Amino acid sequence: MVLKEADFVQARARIESKDHSLRDKTMALSEAAELVKDGEIVALGGTMYSRAPMSMIHEIIRKCKRNLTVTRNMCSFEGDLLMASGVAKKFITAWFSIGVPWGVSKIMRKFVEEGKVEMEEWSHLGMASRYQAAAMGVPFLPTMSMLGSDYPKHVPAKEIECPFTGQKVLLVPALFPDTTIIHVQRADKYGNLQVDGMPFCDREMAMAGTKVIATTEQIVDSEIVRSNSDRTFVPFFAVDAVVEVPYGAYPSECQGLYEPDFDHLDMYAKMVEEDGIDGAMRYLDTYVYGPRSFEEFLNLIPFKSFAKVSKNMRVLYGK
Amino acid sequence: MENSGRSYNSRELVSVMASRVLEDGKIVFVGAGIPLIAAALAQKTRAPHLTIVFEGGSVGPEIKPEYVPLSTNEMRAGTRAFMMPSVQEVFLFQQRGYVDYSFLGAAQIDKFGNINTTVIGSWDKPKVRLPGTGGANDLISSAIRTIVVTMHEKRRFVEKVDFVTSPGFLGGSESRRKSGLIFGGVYKIVTDLGIMGFENDDKEMCLEAVHSGVSVDDVLSNTGFKLRVSPDVKVTESPTAEELRILRSLDPKRYYI
Repeated sequence: MVLKEADFVQARARIESKDHSLRDKTMALSEAAELVKDGEIVALGGTMYSRAPMSMIHEIIRKCKRNLTVTRNMCSFEGDLLMASGVAKKFITAWFSIGVPWGVSKIMRKFVEEGKVEMEEWSHLGMASRYQAAAMGVPFLPTMSMLGSDYPKHVPAKEIECPFTGQKVLLVPALFPDTTIIHVQRADKYGNLQVDGMPFCDREMAMAGTKVIATTEQIVDSEIVRSNSDRTFVPFFAVDAVVEVPYGAYPSECQGLYEPDFDHLDMYAKMVEEDGIDGAMRYLDTYVYGPRSFEEFLNLIPFKSFAKVSKNMRVLYGK
Repeated sequence: MENSGRSYNSRELVSVMASRVLEDGKIVFVGAGIPLIAAALAQKTRAPHLTIVFEGGSVGPEIKPEYVPLSTNEMRAGTRAFMMPSVQEVFLFQQRGYVDYSFLGAAQIDKFGNINTTVIGSWDKPKVRLPGTGGANDLISSAIRTIVVTMHEKRRFVEKVDFVTSPGFLGGSESRRKSGLIFGGVYKIVTDLGIMGFENDDKEMCLEAVHSGVSVDDVLSNTGFKLRVSPDVKVTESPTAEELRILRSLDPKRYYI
């Protein structure tokens, strides 16, 4: 029996059959969102409220995508939104809640405890290794994590005896997403991607994906990429769509440009604290379904919020 | 345990006590919550050459007062870092053997130091679905030593955890090693009541010290299993005014304390 998400032979065939050419891949958010099909495995970049590809998450919620399996190293409030909106049927992740200071996600608890959404949990290195195996084009990687734990009883991890040393190791299966969505600081029109700050698992999940959508703070001339080619962490041939979205990770953070908007997260948390799922639905109505575009969503945010998150990032990193 | 006679609360107490366990000059992989603020405090007090590692991808950061990170995956966790590696790389530094201590919290912990942050009840039909492990399973699996920081409550200290998210000594004695976890193990449990260790062949939790004003009975009555007690229980030194001042300056909005 072949574990579908680890089928490296089929995953390789899909990459071989793609158009690998150097071509202009810039498009609008709504056009790029059409690359995501119902029922797919969709990997989301960043971790928690850092470089989450929020503009594309809003777009796929607005387009009422359904039955997605969402994979993300660590989910935050965007996970709540993908659950409450009915977009995701399953999450593959190491963690799920807004963040430690806000406590356990009430939305996640409700959907998972009622059996409406499945949550498949792996250790964080387990998640990273699953993407890395896929990025390498192989079906699994060994780790020293999750041994002795209760995970192997519930997730497709296999303990084996190493054929070279006789020690026990744990194998995690590759995870090949159908679509990977990441947000970066800069890209050229061909899809050469550059990030600043923590890269998280974005490179691995991009190379693991069959299709890759990149939203970017800025589309830059290829000459800028060529003159800083050591900064490029995903090559153009892995990328299918490039969308310029300034503040495209807001209210999560983007290194060098803006911090997370903790006030906005506090506001969302308060809505859920007071009204549970109704609070989350009210947030979705106001901030996701209401605006016709991500730009309209940003227009709902007071200017002083942007001033604050930008200033904080400058204070931290002296730019 | 809140004590009106003290000039600090329980979270401040546990943060200070945890910060003192960290040795200067070591590499410590720090999880979210109290461990984060305790490691930042250690760096600003008795361990200026402590190297903090965060799972988001940060090696050697120095936390900026008032900008304490709320997660170990955000850019506040990277200020003045030497390196920002990928998530996989940062865990592999530990798997390779460079991490002296890992430092994490626990929702539920048992007498062998096994931690549950996954489910209360069963995996398939959870009574409470907890947030999950994050990097805690990885930390406890392959750091040289693991320190666990948590509040001392009966509902947290249970005979047997519902789900082994992060394995301590499993069933005790040699069972951790036999499971394939040939590296590391739990070193200390630091709570707002005292400090526990596992310095015995059975690898069962044992009370080693209580904090000032706390009795051994206080600890036992807040533990959900029969806790071993060392024949020589020490009393820790109360948090100093200087430690409390620095701690509060790090987190003026009291996200952690």
